[in-house]
Amino acid sequence: MKSGRLLTAVVAPLVALIIAFGIAALALLLVGIDPIQAYKEMITFGTSTASLIITVNDAVPLFVSALAVAVGFKMGLFNIGVEGAYLLAALIGAYVGALYSITPVLHILSILVVCASVGALWALIPALLKVKRGVHEVISTIMLNFIAFSLSAWLFLNVLKAETSGLTIATDLIPETGWIPSLNGVLGWFGIEPRAGADLHGFLVMAIVLGIVYHYLVNKSRFGYDLRASGINPSAANASGVDPKNMVVKTMLISGGLAGLVGVSQLLGFYHQYPQDFPGGYGFAGIAVALLGRNHAVGMAFGAVLFGFMNRASLILDLKDVPKEIVTIIQGIVVLAVVIVYEVISRYVQRRTVAAAARATEADEVGAGAAA
Amino acid sequence: MTKRYPGVVANKDVELIVLPSEVHAVVGENGAGKSTLMKIIYGMVRPDEGTISINGQPAAFRSPKEAIDAGIGMVHQHFMLADNLTVLENVVLGSEPRSGLEIDFDSAADRIKELGESYGLHLNPSQRVEALSVGERQRVEIIKVLYRGAKILILDEPTAVLVPHEVDELFDSIRELTNEGQTVIFISHKLDEVLSIADRITVMRAGRTVGTTTPAEVDAGELAEMMIGSELPSPETRESTVQEEVLLNVADLSLLSGEGRPLLTGVSFQVRKGEIVGVAGVEGNGQGSLVDSIIGLAPAATGEITLLGESLSHLPARDRRGAGLGLIPEDRHRQGLLLPSPLWENAALGHQYQEPFANGIWIDKKGSRRQTEEIVRRFAVKTPNVDVPATALSGGNQQKLVVGREIVADPAVLIAAQPTRGIDIGAQAAVWEELKAARASGMGILLISADLEELIGLSDTIHVLFEGRFVARLNPSEVTPEILGSYMTGAGQEKAS
Repeated sequence: MKSGRLLTAVVAPLVALIIAFGIAALALLLVGIDPIQAYKEMITFGTSTASLIITVNDAVPLFVSALAVAVGFKMGLFNIGVEGAYLLAALIGAYVGALYSITPVLHILSILVVCASVGALWALIPALLKVKRGVHEVISTIMLNFIAFSLSAWLFLNVLKAETSGLTIATDLIPETGWIPSLNGVLGWFGIEPRAGADLHGFLVMAIVLGIVYHYLVNKSRFGYDLRASGINPSAANASGVDPKNMVVKTMLISGGLAGLVGVSQLLGFYHQYPQDFPGGYGFAGIAVALLGRNHAVGMAFGAVLFGFMNRASLILDLKDVPKEIVTIIQGIVVLAVVIVYEVISRYVQRRTVAAAARATEADEVGAGAAA
Repeated sequence: MTKRYPGVVANKDVELIVLPSEVHAVVGENGAGKSTLMKIIYGMVRPDEGTISINGQPAAFRSPKEAIDAGIGMVHQHFMLADNLTVLENVVLGSEPRSGLEIDFDSAADRIKELGESYGLHLNPSQRVEALSVGERQRVEIIKVLYRGAKILILDEPTAVLVPHEVDELFDSIRELTNEGQTVIFISHKLDEVLSIADRITVMRAGRTVGTTTPAEVDAGELAEMMIGSELPSPETRESTVQEEVLLNVADLSLLSGEGRPLLTGVSFQVRKGEIVGVAGVEGNGQGSLVDSIIGLAPAATGEITLLGESLSHLPARDRRGAGLGLIPEDRHRQGLLLPSPLWENAALGHQYQEPFANGIWIDKKGSRRQTEEIVRRFAVKTPNVDVPATALSGGNQQKLVVGREIVADPAVLIAAQPTRGIDIGAQAAVWEELKAARASGMGILLISADLEELIGLSDTIHVLFEGRFVARLNPSEVTPEILGSYMTGAGQEKAS
């Protein structure tokens, strides 16, 4: 058992990474670039202090997005709508947060509540469509993404953007009581001095808390049991007394609530307002990270850091005349390879467990009965 | 011919001889091995021993494709049609006639009309399948098979889904087919139908062919006896543990399907303390609906369900379990187990809100494992430990785990649906003993089974379920398999008390 878990948890992603970088190396060779050299550049550049901080800052929203996706995956529910939900939530959170100023902690928490609520309410739409009308959530959440993009663009330009005409179009600045302080001080204890403009965003702490909550909710709670049972065998879960519609609504609310928090790290840690070019793409990338991390909190944390690292390290490639899109290719191959390698290894592990169980109990089941 | 599956022998020394241009019926109870035999003939499954020959030529099909090429066609019980395509498109699907790169629909349509006319299978080739009735869909399936040049047609439970006048039409078509030289293998467990359509009948029981006969030689009762086996154990004269106190009272339970077809009609019965109430019936006569309605999975059910004096009628499934209902589902893989999950999580299924499996809002892993170890020990579930996935266990051990978790939870009333289906004799005896012990300790049990030996041996009362109604209430110590068989197939209705 133990060795089986080790195989699937560690060996599978490692093998997948090796395969992915191997295929990308071939691609680089084909266009006449030395892959070893390119990878060296990436590692040298990517492991500088500033790069590592930026990597973590990038990993935090990826991780939260992956959590939002994974909670749905666990019950076989595919919420593709994280992208739209987090942009909408960040916009409304930024607007509401700029309206008032209260004590720092309360101000931050209130903005978090607003963002999570927007995300949850947005996810309630596909949940109700599925429960009441049988609309598949993949269809509805994909469509709702486009509605969310257009809705937030309209809201932004017509209702929520600041009156002042500065250089950038953005919502009003959130008062400083609503800012999440950076963790530069913590880095200082370790003798690390981040250079200016490369703060370690404070939302990291909350992302870790969310990861722990996710782990306990999914793996240790009764709700999580129902969730996983519904994912593994919906009819058995139903027969055991789990109300499938109720589960869909609850799970989508949780997924949407988490999605609403994806943008908070950048919003309250860096921009302090919602600019027109608020970073997008975390919602879609989160799906890949959830797949990469096999819906496991620690796995997804590694996956998010890996994606963040590759995003950051790719920047050096352009300077060296290597197309940085090669990194996007690697990311895609990593996800595919993980899915395939994991399947192969888990089949192997399962065969081994079944054989071991059969040996331990011996073949005693030969009767003249008939298979139904 | 013999076919073994892990744990069970599905077919043993099966012998089936089908003559040209005859309707040959294969009858037997559920699990008697009919489906396995047909799968072997159709090339879906390969036998471990034995041979098939067609017109004297030995044949060993590795796939249905090869069987089709040899002139064997199968009409499955569950239709395999694409609803959004037309009759024509469905028929040619997979063997499209081509002229150049295009599909030659015109010649195919002509051929379908021609087939339809010669066999009385009238269909409009341009109609969409979704608009067809069940009987018409079946005709599409038959034409599909004929279109591919089948000379031997296997019809798997063709009447299970039909209403009576559609059955008559089907039988007319079958007679046309055999008149034209086709051979039909007709699988069924409805004895009256078999007697009216078949030229010869082969009976299967417990994976073996018992014998071949003709409708002229036997009546329904004798056929039932061949199916069930005449050496039924005489119900043990044992002390009745039935007490006065009514645990479960079901009054006028009815359920309509989504399309308004009655699935259950006015079912009423009681389960007393220490009583096993058996429900006999041919599969598909409302057993599933009965279980779903009582446990709370069929919210549309009407009628009154009372457990220990408390009305359950408006409670969701979870609360009904909490109120003291237990369920051994008829299909452990579909409804009873989380196959990739460890045994201890499986033991919690259905009880995940109760101690010792839960502790507040958390799952109590220690308590669950302790309880699972208890179940494994008491019910002799053979497993290395309680952390292996349920899929690693044999069918019999999986079932012992399911039965164990429900009995250990000590519900007031346990619904046991097919509690020994598909498991070996040793495990079956163990399950029987546990059900008897639970009864002796005062548990009320609703036993739904296709195994008449089990029903007669265990039950204190037997109700017969036929077309969604309780048509008879019988005393197991007096009932004979003939009587039970005739009630189950609807033939005994006029004798109902």
